[in-house]
Amino acid sequence: MRIGVVTFPGSLDDRDAARAIRLAGADAVALWHGDHDLHGVDALVLPGGFSYGDYLRAGAIASLSPIMTEVIDAANQGMPVLGICNGFQMLTEAHLLEGGLIRNDQGRFICRDQGLRIENNASAWTSGFAPNAEIVIPLKNGEGSFMASAETLKALEGEGRVAARYIGGNPNGSLNDIAGVTNARGNVVGLMPHPEHAVEAGFGPDTDDAMASGTDGLTFFTSVITQALIAR
Amino acid sequence: MPTIVVEVMPKAELLDPQGKAVAGALGRLGQTRSALANVTGVRVGKRFEIAIDGEADADVLTAVRELADTVLSNSVIEDVVGIHVQDAPSSAVV
Repeated sequence: MRIGVVTFPGSLDDRDAARAIRLAGADAVALWHGDHDLHGVDALVLPGGFSYGDYLRAGAIASLSPIMTEVIDAANQGMPVLGICNGFQMLTEAHLLEGGLIRNDQGRFICRDQGLRIENNASAWTSGFAPNAEIVIPLKNGEGSFMASAETLKALEGEGRVAARYIGGNPNGSLNDIAGVTNARGNVVGLMPHPEHAVEAGFGPDTDDAMASGTDGLTFFTSVITQALIAR
Repeated sequence: MPTIVVEVMPKAELLDPQGKAVAGALGRLGQTRSALANVTGVRVGKRFEIAIDGEADADVLTAVRELADTVLSNSVIEDVVGIHVQDAPSSAVV
């Protein structure tokens, strides 16, 4: 399976995402924001970072990049797309996901290991998790507070489209503790925390077993690979 | 050269952490400057100045209105609160 990672001006976590994809067992394909070419990939990751310095709004300018035409078409045809942090912001700006992200409520950039509960394990990127699995992966952002209208929020909750929720306290003022959402079809997922930073023992969050041994993020990537194998 | 001004504010019902931080600083100044003691809140928004060649006619304004709603603002978190035309880019208040 080939999974593309799009690099935008100001992307930071594109190489970590590519490494996570390789560790999960797929080929990572580097894609460029200025191209109109997905190079035949089977799935896509929009990585974290600060594209265009967060000018205008986080993710807003990147969501108008040339390659986003192809990303939006592919997503609408069912290709799995994962947006992480800035990638999540891009997906909301591109209207592939509902809601929006604003500055953290206490005004601070937050960088810490964060507990999450996987609320929807039917999406392309979360199908490998047990129901209501509790995981820990890094959270690092300044504009991670999830907002949506009351109507949208009701729809997200009612249709099981909350992909992940913060546990152990709400870090940023997100409505309903929402850390990630999915579209109705389940192929597009956006997450504020960073699964790609928790894929390799020695470099992940601390666990009860050992320092930095947390690899809970790997399941997002193995989920999409498993789904592709089943579909084949 | 006509300049179309678009003003965008965070939605009133949402927390504006940037405005809150500025208000906090003004509150501290208010302890020593009595004229600021009555400041009760600050909200921070954005002002865009779009310079155009030619006339800012109805077609142009319609296009800018659409741009304001779809690109310059995100209706999930912000409102367009003003669009108006002025003769030149803004300069300092004297």
